[in-house]
Amino acid sequence: MAAAAQEKIFTTKIETEEKIEPKDWMPDAYRKTNLRQISQHAHSEIVGMLPEGNWITRAPSLKRKAILLAKVQDEAGHGLYLYSAAETLGMSRDEMINSLHEGKAKYSSIFNYPTLTWADMGAIGWLVDGAAILNQVMLCRTSYGPYARAMVRICKEESFHQRQGFEILWVLSNGNAEQKAMCQDAINRWWWPSLMMFGPTDSESTNSDQSMKWKIKRKSNDELRQQFVDMCVEQVKVLGMQLPDEKIKWNEKRKHYDFGEIDWNEFWNVVKGNGPCNKERLAARRKAHEEGQWVREAAMAFAAKRNTKKTAA
Amino acid sequence: MNTSLVKYILHLGDTTLILAQQNSKWCGHGPVLEQDIALTNISLDLLGQARNFYQYAAELMNENEKSTKDFIQSLGMQTDEKITEDILAYHRKERFFFNLLLTEQPNGDWGQTILRQFLYSRFQYYLYEKLQEHPDTQIAAIAAKSIKETTYHLRWSSEWVIRLGDGTAESHERMQNAIDNLWPYTGEMFLPADFEADVKIDFSGLKNKWLDAVTSIVKQATLSLPENENKVYMHTGGKEGRHTEHLGYILTELQYMQMAFPGANW
Amino acid sequence: MKFSIRKFYYGDIPDEKSGGTDYRAKEDAATWPLWEVFIRSKQGLDHKHVGSLHAADAKMAIENARDVYTRRMEGVSIWVVESKYITATNPEEAGELYEPAVDKIYRHPMFYKLPDEVNHM
Repeated sequence: MAAAAQEKIFTTKIETEEKIEPKDWMPDAYRKTNLRQISQHAHSEIVGMLPEGNWITRAPSLKRKAILLAKVQDEAGHGLYLYSAAETLGMSRDEMINSLHEGKAKYSSIFNYPTLTWADMGAIGWLVDGAAILNQVMLCRTSYGPYARAMVRICKEESFHQRQGFEILWVLSNGNAEQKAMCQDAINRWWWPSLMMFGPTDSESTNSDQSMKWKIKRKSNDELRQQFVDMCVEQVKVLGMQLPDEKIKWNEKRKHYDFGEIDWNEFWNVVKGNGPCNKERLAARRKAHEEGQWVREAAMAFAAKRNTKKTAA
Repeated sequence: MNTSLVKYILHLGDTTLILAQQNSKWCGHGPVLEQDIALTNISLDLLGQARNFYQYAAELMNENEKSTKDFIQSLGMQTDEKITEDILAYHRKERFFFNLLLTEQPNGDWGQTILRQFLYSRFQYYLYEKLQEHPDTQIAAIAAKSIKETTYHLRWSSEWVIRLGDGTAESHERMQNAIDNLWPYTGEMFLPADFEADVKIDFSGLKNKWLDAVTSIVKQATLSLPENENKVYMHTGGKEGRHTEHLGYILTELQYMQMAFPGANW
Repeated sequence: MKFSIRKFYYGDIPDEKSGGTDYRAKEDAATWPLWEVFIRSKQGLDHKHVGSLHAADAKMAIENARDVYTRRMEGVSIWVVESKYITATNPEEAGELYEPAVDKIYRHPMFYKLPDEVNHM
């Protein structure tokens, strides 16, 4: 079939909300956009294990330890589902991981911020996971089948993540003065980076347009960000805490909350590698991979031996 | 309150807690995603077991009797607060932890972590098999629930010992080193402490079974036990609260929040 | 990030339509093959494809599937198969393979109009 005819079939599928599956014809650019987005998403899950993993051994109660451990483990699972989805597009997990380790692939900048206190576990759950969930719920309807299916599974599992985060903050906000201060401090530090998670404003986002046309993305960065702000403004009241933005104000005309300007200078700096923990995060991932090399090799060597034995027998 | 029994329960809980804590350090740092997830599952199982034991011990320790209060004090804890699983895990100092020395040994490389898990799981399986028949029905119930988890830990870790022992020259060497490092901490498992006097377990029978099973896996892994494995000097003391230097650091990390913010709820 | 796409497992598109087919991935001795995982969520139901994972051998693939895909009681039975052993139809063949079934409406129960008295047959 001629390429033009193939493309027409593809476009019709997108228009009629039929999913694109791995063996279907797709434009190279669609494949590449999906690969980039899914692999970045996978990297974010894996790198995202580190800031929270930082507190597993120090969790303040056995219950919290179990919850945090299960949550960070879920993130490993989510990274795995996403790598699998990306692999259906024709790139192996090893290649994706290599490009992460070589500093060529991006991941969500939020994970380049440090987790300084226990309250950060709460703030990450509430704000970071909250922001991620908005994005992920949207992605359950993304046009590439394996990506959409991975997101459905992830959303199901994620539902406890944000709740446990809010619960941590809720307990702190009802605790002693030191705990309350810890809670407010964590919200102060994580609020702006969470807003940055939605990416550049629509006017500056280079990937957005085509992604929307292909229904890879279904909502714009600014749309999602606004949804997030509206949600958090209400929730923070429950905690009796403040969002660190004096410009937050209900706009009757827009029926949304207005909010202050994001420090895009900081955003681009962290993206470019100058965040507080960029180096540490990549170094930790590289170290784990390099120190695991002998383990992965040994497992393959053993599998080969076992196979030979079987064949010989 | 039967102090021997409570001490024994604490010993069981401490052992699983410390191993859970050690394994949990791999979360996010494993050699490959699938195995990162696998070891974290084990860590979660062990943590759950520890909590079951602590909750039961706490229940027994909340009896309002003079002897119970004395006992709590003898473990370096306050008597004016209700004992909970967290009090037991976070408010006891290193001299009052009764975990096996094996579990507090450093993670080392993936091989050493695997071997530590295997040596313990093999022991835990045979021990809990007996504990299922313990006259104390609660201990028996926890053991019965836990042994299913242990069975899987044992299967998983045995396969890894074989895989790494019989993998590459490097993995073989690393596993052999792990055996040499950890073996001196295995003897203690079979030396009954005072509080185990009432536990009707044939420790020497247990040891023979354990040694046979371990030997068989080690052999399949083309590895070897230390020469005269029975004559290797065995470190002891874990059950009496005399630990290696590692435990102090483990507890410092584990208990940091409760020490830094006494009396706070989380 | 530069993308080079190659055919390496059943889900990929045929060579002539992919991007950089001249690409050779560095296969390193430590790369574990990909497996597809099928799980029976409860007795009485079919095994269903749930995703994939990497493992060095079949035994490990089963255990990885247990650890990765059944953390929330999702399964009672697991199948794994190395991805490269799956043969799949191509979307281009859809016409010849599936369309002939479209007009065989007499295979469906609602094709038959029965008197009201027995219509629940």
